[in-house]
Amino acid sequence: MDLTLKVWRQDGPGEPGEFKEYEAKGISADSSFLEMLDFVNERLVEAGEEPIEFDHDCREGICGTCGVMINGHPHGDQKGTATCQLHMRKFNDGDRIVIEPWRATGMPVIRDLIVDRSPLDRIIEAGGYVSVNTGGTPDANLIPIPQMAAESSMDAASCIGCAACIAACPNSAGQLFTSAKLAHLNLLPQGQPERYERTVAMVDKMEEFFGSCTNHAECEEACPKSISIDNIAFMNRDYIAGKFKDRRKAGQS
Amino acid sequence: MTTTGRRSDTKPARKLPWILEFYRSDVVKKWIMALSGIILLGYIAAHMLGNMKVYFGPEEINAYGEALRDLGGHLVPRTHLLWIMRIGLTIAFAIHIHAAYSLTRTNLQARGRVRYDVPREYLAANYASRTMRYSGVIVILFVVFHLADLTWGNANPDFMRGNPYANMIASFERVPVAIAYIVANLALGLHILHGVWSLFQSIGANNAVYNKWRRYLAWGFTAVIVLGNLSFPIAVQFGIIS
Ligand code: FES
Repeated sequence: MDLTLKVWRQDGPGEPGEFKEYEAKGISADSSFLEMLDFVNERLVEAGEEPIEFDHDCREGICGTCGVMINGHPHGDQKGTATCQLHMRKFNDGDRIVIEPWRATGMPVIRDLIVDRSPLDRIIEAGGYVSVNTGGTPDANLIPIPQMAAESSMDAASCIGCAACIAACPNSAGQLFTSAKLAHLNLLPQGQPERYERTVAMVDKMEEFFGSCTNHAECEEACPKSISIDNIAFMNRDYIAGKFKDRRKAGQS
Repeated sequence: MTTTGRRSDTKPARKLPWILEFYRSDVVKKWIMALSGIILLGYIAAHMLGNMKVYFGPEEINAYGEALRDLGGHLVPRTHLLWIMRIGLTIAFAIHIHAAYSLTRTNLQARGRVRYDVPREYLAANYASRTMRYSGVIVILFVVFHLADLTWGNANPDFMRGNPYANMIASFERVPVAIAYIVANLALGLHILHGVWSLFQSIGANNAVYNKWRRYLAWGFTAVIVLGNLSFPIAVQFGIIS
């Protein structure tokens, strides 16, 4: 298939940047979106031009590095799919595809389609972990966990940290990411000792970089893992509770 | 550590008193907006229901006005309880507006100046949620006019203190006022349509058991309020009450 690409090109952080148009001819409908970009890049290199820089790693929808805005939709308009899992057969011959990097003050463009997603790492560092005892391996299933709770924790844990939620949000809010990371620990017994400290620390860190939630639910729509905004409500409740919690009494279960 | 890309309203290094520190968080601001929103919603419902008394004649509504001033009967000095309610409402209104203003600024900053080339096609956000700031501003302007018209009387040439029935008719007989009233109430309707649904999310009262009912509640509440409020100017214009 023959396509026209309109791609954001930017030489480095803080540089002005501009859109450039490229003809992408003879693209296989079986290739993935990233393979299509590889193909275009090969030709750019042959022609002595700079290839289009884009982030990617696993190419199987689990690492979360590959997000770009495709025709105004984060990861393209196919629901529940990361860019690397999007296939060219979803497009039509002759289509014009606009590819842009995520846009948010908290995630500035590094180059072309690559943005700085390190604020997400800062949020995780603030509390996205549990402390465990080292020593002998505990028996499996030693801690009983209700099936439904384990499921919702897993659903939250399926977040790949791609930042599509932030890119989709009219407020560039990091709520869906942060709440998913919180829910996957806070919903389980292992996450309880640090639950409120974690929530307050991660939310405070998030607010250093990103906007606030106005409950549009655009993030849920954009999420390649279809993570629910119910997690955001859970986070809001835990944050307020955490603000009032007497930490000296946190040892009780 | 990234230093670029931080929201530019860097938090002050000095620790603020607890209550201000608390209010500085966006999540807390949303929580406070939800709580003040609940107070305002309660007021809106009571206001609409009370005004229904016009359909029972001038004595009824004038007696209702008097009862409000006499709230608490012999237990408290006259009008004191009414003033406490007024002050409480004003505070809730002011906090709601301040939090909205501050969050809007934060959000514009967080979003930055660069827009996507392809305009965002909103899939989940609806008209009501995206126009909150505009419907909110319309409601503020309307509230000021409404007070000047029917409480202070300076926007109503035929104003008579203590006679709400006559004041309301004198006000709504003017066609532009009736139209402004209708427009403002439609804006209010849009505002509370998103507000009623959204406040559960902000305070974290979210449960798969009743989540679906939040939409029904929002639509039902909005419909009752808007239809009730719109009925007054329409009834006056068509001479149903005069
Ligand atoms: S490249 Fe890993 S999720 Fe797309």
